[in-house]
Amino acid sequence: MATDSATHQFPLPAILEYPSSTPPELITQGAEGRLYKSTYLLPSIPCALKYRPPKPWRHPVLDARLTRHRILSEARNLAKCRREGVPVPNVYAVDESAGWLMMEWIAGDPVRVAINEWLQRRRDDERAQGRTGDAVVEGKGEADADLVALLRRIGAAVGRMHKVGIVHGDLTTSNMMLKPWERGKEPANGHNVESDGLLEGEIVIIDFGLASQSTSEEDRAVDLYVLERAFASTHPRAEKLFTAILEDAYREAFKQAPVVLKKLEDVRMRGRKRSMLG
Amino acid sequence: MADFSILETIKLEHVPESYSVHVAVFRDVENATYLHQQLLARNADFEYALIDAGVITSRLQVLSAAFKAITVQLAGTMKTPNMHSELVYSLSPTNNISESYRRYGITPTSRNLVIVKIIVTPPVPLAAIAAPEAAETTSAAGTKPPLTAQNVEKHLLTHVQGKPVPFTDQTLSDLTDWGRVRKYYKLNGVGWLDGIKDQAAKNSEMDMLVMGGMALRGV
Ligand SMILES: Nc1ncnc2c1ncn2[C@@H]1O[C@H](COP(=O)(O)OP(=O)(O)OP(=O)(O)O)[C@@H](O)[C@H]1O
Repeated sequence: MATDSATHQFPLPAILEYPSSTPPELITQGAEGRLYKSTYLLPSIPCALKYRPPKPWRHPVLDARLTRHRILSEARNLAKCRREGVPVPNVYAVDESAGWLMMEWIAGDPVRVAINEWLQRRRDDERAQGRTGDAVVEGKGEADADLVALLRRIGAAVGRMHKVGIVHGDLTTSNMMLKPWERGKEPANGHNVESDGLLEGEIVIIDFGLASQSTSEEDRAVDLYVLERAFASTHPRAEKLFTAILEDAYREAFKQAPVVLKKLEDVRMRGRKRSMLG
Repeated sequence: MADFSILETIKLEHVPESYSVHVAVFRDVENATYLHQQLLARNADFEYALIDAGVITSRLQVLSAAFKAITVQLAGTMKTPNMHSELVYSLSPTNNISESYRRYGITPTSRNLVIVKIIVTPPVPLAAIAAPEAAETTSAAGTKPPLTAQNVEKHLLTHVQGKPVPFTDQTLSDLTDWGRVRKYYKLNGVGWLDGIKDQAAKNSEMDMLVMGGMALRGV
């Protein structure tokens, strides 16, 4: 099994060495950390374990301090979001000295994957009708209703996170999951029973590894800008629509949003200047 | 005899094979004062996590506390005399140990109890146990009947004057005192909870916040 070899390539954190009903599965291996899928307490409860292994190239005392700090800061920011009603994984357990954080496993696909599938299906449909299939997604009509609704949910989720005083630091459509609706949570009128369901689900923001507590308009605007750039590069056909809907939903989320959106224009301007120079 | 096992045995994920967790729930307990006294007297025969069921929202909350107590013991960073007191302390979202005993542990006025016993087989060598106070509580081992689930159950049935009920989310939620839970886990200020109309969904969200609070204790 691929996951087996992946798992055994690196030493597991001690906690995952203890027996479990299914072996931990290595999901991603980044520069700073690894993410495993495993189980918490019972075989029926999946969890995500983020592990930051010791870095041999760093001074051990400094390394330990940095790791503790990062794990704790991620755990605190997740917990704060959760308490304040921002949809994020719940924190199950933390061992900052051992360098890990265990949290709720979020079912479903990253938003990036869902949008790409949706765009692909749209392209196939257009081609079937004899068109080129690279038309800009304008957000008009029934055909785009699901995407518009999803983008509104993204804007609302980001707005809520900013409202409670957290900036994410690495907002992308890969760091948002589209979690299948739980009973009673689906919006009463916001979803379309006729649709293919590709874009149905609750937005859950993940990866708070670079998050911090801030209420600065500049920090918030940079968060939005990073998301906007990430979106434009992964889903260029829907870029314009994204900006319009996101801003609209974000504006409704909290009082200072208009000021942040004003700031976002400055940030975009700086971004353009920088890319012209570079 | 009840048609369920009075003491449920649970093997937790990601703890050593040698650790097993055993849980019983008793309603309408008549002798809480006596049981409480055994803890105060550090009677080693009563080394249990005796939890006031009012502060318990779910099975998972209890198991989370057991998991934390075990991992802390393994890491050698216990802040209380033994794994069972550590389990009670693990229910608390704050660092105040004596307050955690008062709020989550048995008191003379407790009526309903969740009782947890963690059995380690073979027993952990004393040297591996970090907190020095732990030594005295286990030193009498050997003269006592072996620590098995069966003996624990027998001991509880002999000494707890109450009605055993199964360790299920249903029986636990019947015993939950949401007023205390909301106060201790600081859920009163959490306004969005009140927007959840479905009671089951709301309880499970509160349960998640309770577990999050426990996980974040002191950090
Ligand atoms: N709670 C979760 N539930 C389900 N999948 C998750 C969860 N957390 C992370 N993932 C998956 O694992 C991937 C990596 O997670 P994450 O982005 O948090 O780690 P990372 O990028 O290695 O961390 P960091 O950026 O903090 O170093 C995510 O893109 C997602 O697919």
